[in-house]
Amino acid sequence: MKTTLSVLVENHPGVLSRIAGLFSRRGFNIDSLAVGTTENPDISRMTIVVEGDEYVVEQVKKQLNKLVDVIKVSKISPEDSVTRELILIKVDAEPQVRSEIIHISEIFRANIVDVSRKSMTIELTGDKDKISAFEELLKPFGIKELVRTGVIAVNRGTNTIKIEEED
Amino acid sequence: MLITGAQALIKSLELEKVEIIFGYPGGAILPVYDSLNHSEIKHILTRSEQGAAHAASGYARVSGKVGVCMATSGPGATNLVTGIATAYMDSIPIVAITGQVSTAVIGRDVFQEVDITGATAPFTKHNYLIKKAEDIPRIIKEAFFIASTGRPGPVLIDLPKDIADTKIEFEYPKKITLRGYKPNIIGHPLQISRAAEAINKAKRPVICAGGGINTAGAEKELKKLAEKAHIPVVTTLMGTGAFSAKHSLYMGMIGMHGISSANKTVSVSDLIIAVGARFGDRATGKVEGFGPKAKIIHIDIDPAEIGKNVQVHIPIVGDVKQILDEMIKSVELKGSTDWNKYTDGLKEECFDDINDSYLNPVEVIRCLSNKTKGEVIITTEVGCHQMWAAQHYEFTKPRTFISSGGLGTMGYGLPAAIGAQIAQEDNMVINICGDGSFQMNLTEMATAIENNLPVKIVLFNNRGLGLVRQLQEFYCEKRYNQVHFSFVPDFVKLTESYGIKAVRIKKPEEIPKAIDSLISEKGPFLLECMVDIDKNVYPMVLNGSSINDMIGG
Repeated sequence: MKTTLSVLVENHPGVLSRIAGLFSRRGFNIDSLAVGTTENPDISRMTIVVEGDEYVVEQVKKQLNKLVDVIKVSKISPEDSVTRELILIKVDAEPQVRSEIIHISEIFRANIVDVSRKSMTIELTGDKDKISAFEELLKPFGIKELVRTGVIAVNRGTNTIKIEEED
Repeated sequence: MLITGAQALIKSLELEKVEIIFGYPGGAILPVYDSLNHSEIKHILTRSEQGAAHAASGYARVSGKVGVCMATSGPGATNLVTGIATAYMDSIPIVAITGQVSTAVIGRDVFQEVDITGATAPFTKHNYLIKKAEDIPRIIKEAFFIASTGRPGPVLIDLPKDIADTKIEFEYPKKITLRGYKPNIIGHPLQISRAAEAINKAKRPVICAGGGINTAGAEKELKKLAEKAHIPVVTTLMGTGAFSAKHSLYMGMIGMHGISSANKTVSVSDLIIAVGARFGDRATGKVEGFGPKAKIIHIDIDPAEIGKNVQVHIPIVGDVKQILDEMIKSVELKGSTDWNKYTDGLKEECFDDINDSYLNPVEVIRCLSNKTKGEVIITTEVGCHQMWAAQHYEFTKPRTFISSGGLGTMGYGLPAAIGAQIAQEDNMVINICGDGSFQMNLTEMATAIENNLPVKIVLFNNRGLGLVRQLQEFYCEKRYNQVHFSFVPDFVKLTESYGIKAVRIKKPEEIPKAIDSLISEKGPFLLECMVDIDKNVYPMVLNGSSINDMIGG
């Protein structure tokens, strides 16, 4: 079972290694991890996809909360959220197959961001299913390289994950 | 007025009311030691950095204050590691300060450089690498706050040399803003009333008191609760002393080497009230066999402990003192029941008299317990002697059993005794040890002598590693390997060379007189008891068995 956690942390050096260290020490599995600053430059937001049953996820949440640099941990429910991932995919693209690749990319609303004589690099944003479907279709052409950012997620509607500021 | 970072550090420690630092100087921490010259804070020079960390932890355990230790960069810092990890596993508040190489050369593998914040991240509550001298006062204030509040634990502060030399305008912060650290102190009232209701309904309740009682200073509340509803009490190793061993409701220590009456009480109970205990594997045995018929109430300050090892029916997160105090109000007054009669019967079964022809370590500990009325501070190392001390010394007061429970650190007892003696000058401190553990940090006898600390040592010499030998007997079909020393020093002569009086005994009839000399000696003293290595610790619960299933119980 995969669970997406949104974690607000202090934007300090070393925080990422603390969190990665916690996962390895406690034997938790990270499926993906994406991190960047938020609207408040002092705070970073990590989106962590965790593999494990309810017990594991509960432990991950509690252990994360124990870290002094972790401000807030929230579970993101798949139904009430928008999740996206960006991938860059470099495929073999001899002139005779280019149009076919371009066609597939158009259907998926992907962008071709680089072309050379023998290859094309395509950028695609989407949820997991869309990305795997796209990857599947490009496989026959020969995937030379694939990079993904890891999932980021945000709640639907007016719900936000924010810290309750005191003072 | 501008002062250096090192001066700011010492000034901040003074403002945190630090009275004593255990440490060992070196290159990268030179500026701090230089500033310490002008301070009221006393410094105890140990004989290794590990000794300093353990002494700070012994001091913290006895006094309830934050213990402070200090070392230089590189090997100084790594030598602290065992002490820090020991404190972490037992939730002991210490602040460790390490020197670091200058910021300009961090990462270049210069002389005595090591990434100590990286190394200690898994077993510190929090740690800091100071990057700006202006941050020193804030970081010290935060470190003491984090170490001592919520579930206590060690905090490490790494101070690069150039930062220590940087001049700043000193201002100590009045407030702490840590948005990621807000321990939950007040127990949920609804959960508390549910727990009280469960206690009122229970037919066979038992309280399992852990180290959290000692930490929270909740021994009075614990006693009140137990007496009001006539509930028998067991303790974990860390909970030793939280409930007087002389109390009629006390059933003993539970666990792998728990007392039979305690293990049996838990096994047949219908309600376990675990207070400040974390259901560690050595306490529970096989989890499914731990109170198989019981509902469990779990009271702890650390939410991450709830449901970590054992499924809990009524969790309450918060300060155990506050929660117990609140809970007692709704618990009904009960007289002695059949359940009490039953548990009293269990107790009678397992306390027999010893009349051995050989020198039995258990008899030494019982004699020590009687002659000191269970009121002195006992520190231990790790091994057979530690289990015998926990089982047979009748502790009557909290914070008097000072032992490495979670990490099981050999070499802990002697330096911890030094810290303990400093924390309580007027009480007697006795380190009970074996020859294996004692040899790990025996150089700290020099620290004791140097500081006029009358630490007493009871050494069980079996010329080997008794508890490991016992494990090999049971799990390796008696294929004994590396558990017998072919050489041990003459401990009496060795001790005397430190200027410490020492006596060796070999026969049971020598015990009472030897204990008397140990107690009446004004200075430090070592009593060496020659014992057999095949003297096992019983009861023993084998790996994968439930605690009801004891060998020799």
